[in-house]
Amino acid sequence: MDIELMINSFPKLLIATITTLKLLSLSLFFGLFIGLLFAIMRLSNNIFLNKFSYCYSYVFRGTPLLVQIFIIYFGLGQIEYLRSTIFWIILREPYWCAIIAFSLNTGAYTSEILRSAFQTIKPGFIEAGKSLGIPKKIIFYKIQIPIAIKQSLPAYGNEIILMLKGTSLASTVTLMDLTGVAKYIISTTFSPIEVFIVAGGIYLFMTFIVHNLIKLLEKKFGYQI
Amino acid sequence: MIKLKKFGLGLIISLFLSLAANADQIKIGTEGAYPPWNSKDASGNLIGFEVDLAKELCKIMKHDCTIVEQDWDGMIPALMSRKFDAIMAGMSITDERKKKINFSQGYADEVASLAVMKGSKNEGLSTLSAVNLSEISADEQATLDVLTKAFKGKTIGVQTATIHQNFLESGLMGDVKVRTYKTQDEVNLDLTAGRIDAALAAAVAFSDYAEKSGKAVVLTGPTFAGGDFGNGVGVGIRKSDQKLINDFNAAIDKARDEGIISKLAIKHFGFDASM
Amino acid sequence: MELLAFGDTGWGDELFYATLMTVAVSVTAMFIGFIFALIFTPLKLSKNKFLNLIGNFYTTVIRGVPELLVIYLFFFGGSGAIMYVASIFGYNEYIEINAFITGSFSIGIISGAYSTEVFRGAIQSIDKGQFEASKVLGLKKKIQFFKVIMPQMLRLAVPNLSNVWQITLKDTSLISVTGLVEIMRQSYIAAGSTRDPLFFYSFAAILYLLLTFFSMKLINKLEIKYSRGF
Repeated sequence: MDIELMINSFPKLLIATITTLKLLSLSLFFGLFIGLLFAIMRLSNNIFLNKFSYCYSYVFRGTPLLVQIFIIYFGLGQIEYLRSTIFWIILREPYWCAIIAFSLNTGAYTSEILRSAFQTIKPGFIEAGKSLGIPKKIIFYKIQIPIAIKQSLPAYGNEIILMLKGTSLASTVTLMDLTGVAKYIISTTFSPIEVFIVAGGIYLFMTFIVHNLIKLLEKKFGYQI
Repeated sequence: MIKLKKFGLGLIISLFLSLAANADQIKIGTEGAYPPWNSKDASGNLIGFEVDLAKELCKIMKHDCTIVEQDWDGMIPALMSRKFDAIMAGMSITDERKKKINFSQGYADEVASLAVMKGSKNEGLSTLSAVNLSEISADEQATLDVLTKAFKGKTIGVQTATIHQNFLESGLMGDVKVRTYKTQDEVNLDLTAGRIDAALAAAVAFSDYAEKSGKAVVLTGPTFAGGDFGNGVGVGIRKSDQKLINDFNAAIDKARDEGIISKLAIKHFGFDASM
Repeated sequence: MELLAFGDTGWGDELFYATLMTVAVSVTAMFIGFIFALIFTPLKLSKNKFLNLIGNFYTTVIRGVPELLVIYLFFFGGSGAIMYVASIFGYNEYIEINAFITGSFSIGIISGAYSTEVFRGAIQSIDKGQFEASKVLGLKKKIQFFKVIMPQMLRLAVPNLSNVWQITLKDTSLISVTGLVEIMRQSYIAAGSTRDPLFFYSFAAILYLLLTFFSMKLINKLEIKYSRGF
């Protein structure tokens, strides 16, 4: 074990962690909207919307994230027509390709989490709201959504951790995130074990923080339903 | 019953741990993604200059050889953790790598060059045709200055952990953005897609790609050698394996004398890159 | 379609074998994962603090670090560690572990951490009365476990194990460093060689979808079988 190398690489890896956190937060942000949209579509009575949402979530949950990011980055990049459109401004950048792939992926999982949360709300709550003469919209925003959030917190916490780990694949499309910089250091020192242990430790620390934050939130929302 | 158990145990052990066979058996690691040096055909077989050369060298050494593929970024760590005994993967002999592993004598010359897409502003730069970085003359410095100016702020793609990456990061070409890729294939894809402004690799890697893909990739600027570019391509071997280095050195001598290396180079590169 | 031809010109047969390899690695990894789970679940449920710590350490670390790093660490460090252990027992020769085992093990370690959590959850949610009842009946410990606890645990675990299976199947796409030619690596090679990444990665996605689809059908059948009689 080369302890000196471990100590020397730590600050560099810490700086790269910022990129990882940026990728994570942006992907989760977009993913939440995508997830909500597809969850609502899935619960709608329109067969087309319903099936579309189902297929979306099936495809993105049934294939590896690595394949998704490769299709978006290397695959779409080969379509000459696409390169002449305005989309190329975004798809040209590895950073945005990664965020698109991550958002679509986490969006699929989030939609499932939210869907099951909506479905497990006891019909009594909605009926109670209805009998009180509360408009449908308000029932949705003031009753269904808060309950759904509370219900889905533990599962969503897991999803955040899965996504945090997933961002390590950004390094496969040239990005210098935590894993990317770790690989970079290895490319000059040829000592994978030491560097990956330090990088792994940083990831572990972040999962620890996320895990406890979610637990804290669960307590805060922990009123009995 | 006991026999059966013994048999089962033996089966499990042989499945999990195929113990190292006789000492004459050596494994050679190659990347299989750096044509024309080494690549794979549509049947999944390893092909290329180094695959052919490795077979010839093994014949001379009377070793039983297997060629295994290994991703480039794990090549040296895999050699050191004894996944294989020798590297033949277009790996140039450099001081940086010599800190960790040893090399045989060089068997081929790798000439590096920049490439851009046809129609790029940096196509056909007026520079020297070759620069040797071991001792930079005034003319060569002038050429580097031309490159520095032409590629200021531009993004240049290279394969990770290569001499090409080291050169771009040395500052001799000034302020360029370096983007590193896992394989040369990926560099080529992004060069043609326009995600990077230029790429740096073995000149033959670009000409091979241009020829096979029909894409308008053109070389520009000088060819590079010396300095960060090392002293030719050699066989990478663990420092503890002095005997294997001697074997390879002798075999390379013989292959060179018999014209085998030149013949293979002409077959795969179109010119004699032997050394 | 030419690209998918069988034989020397196309990538059809190569991708077919790569798909079989993905299935083989996934199944082996799942199995290795079960073995890990059988070791670590009792540790996690143990009242002994030290054993408990080991169990928690395993599941927390493996599930908290990107799969890619676990695989790299196992690939570069695994054989070294085994040789170190062997040297304690006086065996100093090089021990070679083939790519299939390296790949399956690195995924198996990950899969095992998830399986452990599933088994732990399943055992904990078995009604306490069941343990007590089997004790009162004077059943031997072995029989208690295999005839009373195990069947109930499996019934509770199967739905969640299907998630672990899906995770395991998808994680095999990350083992290209081991050089094992599964779907992802074969597509990568084909995409590089033909310069048509869009086609081959999309095709890889379809292969994974097919594998998910058919394996889930099979698991659903199992689920029905195990929930019989409840």
